[in-house]
Amino acid sequence: MADVPATAGVVVIGAGIVGNSLVHHLTRLGWTDVVQIDKGALPNPGGSTGHASNFIFTVDHSREITDLTLDSVAQYREMGVFTQSGGFEIARTEERMEELRRRMSSAKAWGIEAELVSPAFVKEKVPFIEEDQFIGAFWTPGVGVVDSLRAGTIMRERALATGELTVVPTVEVVGLDTQDGPRGRRITRVRTTGGDIETDTVVIAAGVWSPKLGDMAGVSIPLTPAVHQMISVGPCPQLAEKEGEISFPIIRDMDTFCYERQHGADMEVGSYAHRAILHEPEDIPSIEQAKLSPTEMPFTSDDFDPQLEQAYELMPELLGAEGAEMRYAINGLLSLTCDGNPILGESEVAGLWTAAAVWIKEGPGVGRAVAEWMTHGHSEIDLHHSDIARFHQHQKRREHTRLRTTESFIKTYGIVHPAEQYESDRDQRLSPMHDSQTKLGAVFFETAGWERPFWYESNAALLEQYGDAVMPREHEWDARWWSPIINAEHLRMREAAAVIDLSAFCVFDIEGPEALDVVQTTCVAQCDVPVGKVVYTPVLDAKGGFRSDLTVMRLGDEHYRVVTGGAHGMADRAWFTSHLPDTGSTTLTDLTDDVSTIGIWGPRARDIVSSLTSDDVSDAGFGFLTCREVELADTSVLASRISYVGELGWELYVPMEHAAGLWDALLEAGAPHGAVPAGIGVYGTTGRIEKGYRAYGAELDSERTIVEAGMQRPKVKAADFVGKEAYLAQRAEDPASVLCTLTVDDHTSAAGTKRYMLGGEPILTRDGGTLTDGHGHHPYVTSAGSAPSLGKHVLLAYLPPEEAVVGNELAVSYMEELYPVTVGSVDATPLLDPSNERIR
Amino acid sequence: MVHPLVCVKRVVDATSEVVLTEDAQGVDGRYAGFTTSAHEECAVELAVRIAADDGAATVMTLGDGDAVEQLRAALAVGCAAATHVVADPQAFGPADVAREIAAVVRDHEAAGTPHELVLLGNDAADTGDFQVGIRLAYELGWPVVNGVSTVSVTDGVVTASGSGPDGHETFRLPLPAVVTVLEGGVDPRYPSVPGRMKAKKAPIEERRPTTDPVGPSRVRLVLPSPSPSTVQVLGEGPASAPAVVDLFEELGVLAR
Repeated sequence: MADVPATAGVVVIGAGIVGNSLVHHLTRLGWTDVVQIDKGALPNPGGSTGHASNFIFTVDHSREITDLTLDSVAQYREMGVFTQSGGFEIARTEERMEELRRRMSSAKAWGIEAELVSPAFVKEKVPFIEEDQFIGAFWTPGVGVVDSLRAGTIMRERALATGELTVVPTVEVVGLDTQDGPRGRRITRVRTTGGDIETDTVVIAAGVWSPKLGDMAGVSIPLTPAVHQMISVGPCPQLAEKEGEISFPIIRDMDTFCYERQHGADMEVGSYAHRAILHEPEDIPSIEQAKLSPTEMPFTSDDFDPQLEQAYELMPELLGAEGAEMRYAINGLLSLTCDGNPILGESEVAGLWTAAAVWIKEGPGVGRAVAEWMTHGHSEIDLHHSDIARFHQHQKRREHTRLRTTESFIKTYGIVHPAEQYESDRDQRLSPMHDSQTKLGAVFFETAGWERPFWYESNAALLEQYGDAVMPREHEWDARWWSPIINAEHLRMREAAAVIDLSAFCVFDIEGPEALDVVQTTCVAQCDVPVGKVVYTPVLDAKGGFRSDLTVMRLGDEHYRVVTGGAHGMADRAWFTSHLPDTGSTTLTDLTDDVSTIGIWGPRARDIVSSLTSDDVSDAGFGFLTCREVELADTSVLASRISYVGELGWELYVPMEHAAGLWDALLEAGAPHGAVPAGIGVYGTTGRIEKGYRAYGAELDSERTIVEAGMQRPKVKAADFVGKEAYLAQRAEDPASVLCTLTVDDHTSAAGTKRYMLGGEPILTRDGGTLTDGHGHHPYVTSAGSAPSLGKHVLLAYLPPEEAVVGNELAVSYMEELYPVTVGSVDATPLLDPSNERIR
Repeated sequence: MVHPLVCVKRVVDATSEVVLTEDAQGVDGRYAGFTTSAHEECAVELAVRIAADDGAATVMTLGDGDAVEQLRAALAVGCAAATHVVADPQAFGPADVAREIAAVVRDHEAAGTPHELVLLGNDAADTGDFQVGIRLAYELGWPVVNGVSTVSVTDGVVTASGSGPDGHETFRLPLPAVVTVLEGGVDPRYPSVPGRMKAKKAPIEERRPTTDPVGPSRVRLVLPSPSPSTVQVLGEGPASAPAVVDLFEELGVLAR
């Protein structure tokens, strides 16, 4: 085996599925002097890959995870280590059947073959299952198992064959050195038990040990090692008589949180039903201390016993067969994160990358995507949900990860509503108006740690006033984490005005001689505008996909303020920081914790604001898309006349310490005009969807273009910006898909219940036929919500261009029933107030 | 009809690096987990086989609340009853433990379940005292044979045999008797799923120690210095296959 080299082009720490995939794809993409180290021996250095159950179910509600999984399956197949077995997810309850119907929506949206089948269908393929234990199943024929250790070896050997890889096993990292630079720290050296390596690029792909390595460079990699229990029962005669590793489909017993997976003559039973058993990375045994491997911890049988009984009920003849014994049982360690997504991308230390909290099913796909990202600055598959830059300060605490994963572990196979809120570690960031909002009966949802009112129970009296116009929902699932009060607040805003807390915005200032260059380079829209102008702009990556959309205010010749959503704000901040010049004379200052934002919109907004100020806030005195300091209720406020809800009004940026006072003043002055406080339900969904406004993360991500989103302006600015070349090319071509607004024509289900889609559902032809766009993708609902002023339920979806015709009649599939929809808009033209009169 | 009593102890799984507790009075099981020693697993297997046709094996331990795990593990592989002397095992020396086992034997006999045969491991995996079997036999006034690896009972006669440096020995002794077992004579079975489920629900007789323990009189445990390990590389790639086969044959894991 090789010695530790003194220098490297890139050091990959870890030789599990992720590290091996990375060295393969990095060398394939032209990286040289690649060094891979692991403290264990090869081919199984003792991490989670070594004890993985190695099966892959392809359908996930997340497009990002599904695409990574599908790419991984393709890579495993190409390497000849994939064995297709098919897989069932079985339902023991009607509630689960409904979840499986929802899973069918995701399967259709992502283009994966699947169907709902009867217990008899399952029994035919899995003769040893007890049919009377369940009522139906979700059948995915493309499910299979892989040999992840073999795949790792193949990928490592392919990388070795390029002559650019040096592999050094049984060497442990003892330090990661960094150096201060103009934009922060950058990585310079990896110190190991076998010597130091000088390098400017390092990837931590060390699975459960990653946080320990991150700490060496002062970087939080917020994952926790967690136990997944697994036993192996055999030899079972029903399995032993079959050739090969797997002959029967894998069973996921969703309601007992267990799976049964044949492995040769044995049946592996795995569980996610036990209590969350978390470890600290520092407490994982060393290779010498471990009985099996460091990540195969001693089995705690008490935790598993309840699952054993449920598995036995499902397969008594197999698991109780003469001679079948529990001959292997472990508490296997795997990585969990606070939001269930991987941790990928460049950390705040330049050149220090992460690729952790990745499962076998995503490993090769992640290796390819991260290698592309490292090489080109972007990846083919959008990874923004997995970007390490997404974490806010409160999420970098180990305590947060511990509490959230304890809460979410039991939901691994759970039925999770798309709007479901966490209960643990809440109240991390409270706006100054929080006390007032609590008194108003605010129902708080969390975004980026902020507690944001989604609606106010104090507005419940409006329900009677508006009657059926609030579009009440009769089905519990559709109405879960929702209230008709949202729609009542909406109607009142359109009728009078609403005051909205927007404290969760990320706000940062860019100041210095190169401030103009920084925003011109990062933003698509013209930012060389007079001081006092507000610019709404897309932000692109080099391939012309969306990095973000946000607003920029020019506050001075050398002073811009960027305002962006809380959820993605940290990634935006990292993106702008990475575009600061080396000189150090232009700086980025985060004001998020210093500045609160309050919005006021509606036909009476000007009356209310003018009652609190002597400044001229008329349209002539304070035009649309301008901003300036005004004295409002004796407070100096930066007011910006824009709107995400399509109404006249302002975003008011106020120092935190004065925000509560301004909030109270606005509500007090607004009351005689009929204004009410309104929640994010209005701001984020109903108000915006009536206006067809796009949202990053829903309509916009790095796989979407300005042209497809219908957001192109007549001209492109002369100044250069990231993604310009790609954007110009996109403008010259016909789009492969077109973002459209659709309305639901009839909500009545076969059972006679009115149903309301929540997002993620496939759009089909009126009679249920599949639609495919120019990318080969199938249309699905990116946003869904009430449009109370239209009396309609509105859906946004990217359609094939030939289907993007106003009046085109299509269908949406919801819980496996078709509902008729009609295309209402094929560009950014809003369904409500198409000429934007109300904003003026 | 035989009702063997088999005695087990909850010990740290010592198949990997041994870590001592801070007070050096015991072994730290944080990483390795807890188990019964290989000797005792074989004793359990022998007890279950002896009782298989016409009888029932009882497993007992002296230990804290966590030792129930080891009793249930024995129940899961075929023991029919379990007795738990609830006590801090660190406070009990070999003589104390022998006395408590003898008390269980006498009490069970008085209750109508005589144990004609008591099986123990040859020595404890953690403290290695090598004393309990002989002290128990002395306490009961029964014959004892130590360090055997197979045990069977036919018509009231125990046949026990084992291999040592001087060759193979076979003993016959009358019941009642005490036998201490060395691993290697039988393959202990793993639990079956129904066995484990049954064990989970089986009642466990709980009792207190009959007298205060004298104690182990142990000063401290000391780890031996690590034995030097040598690595011999057999070769690389497919060319090394014959050398690997030879080694397997030498180790007795492969017959050619």
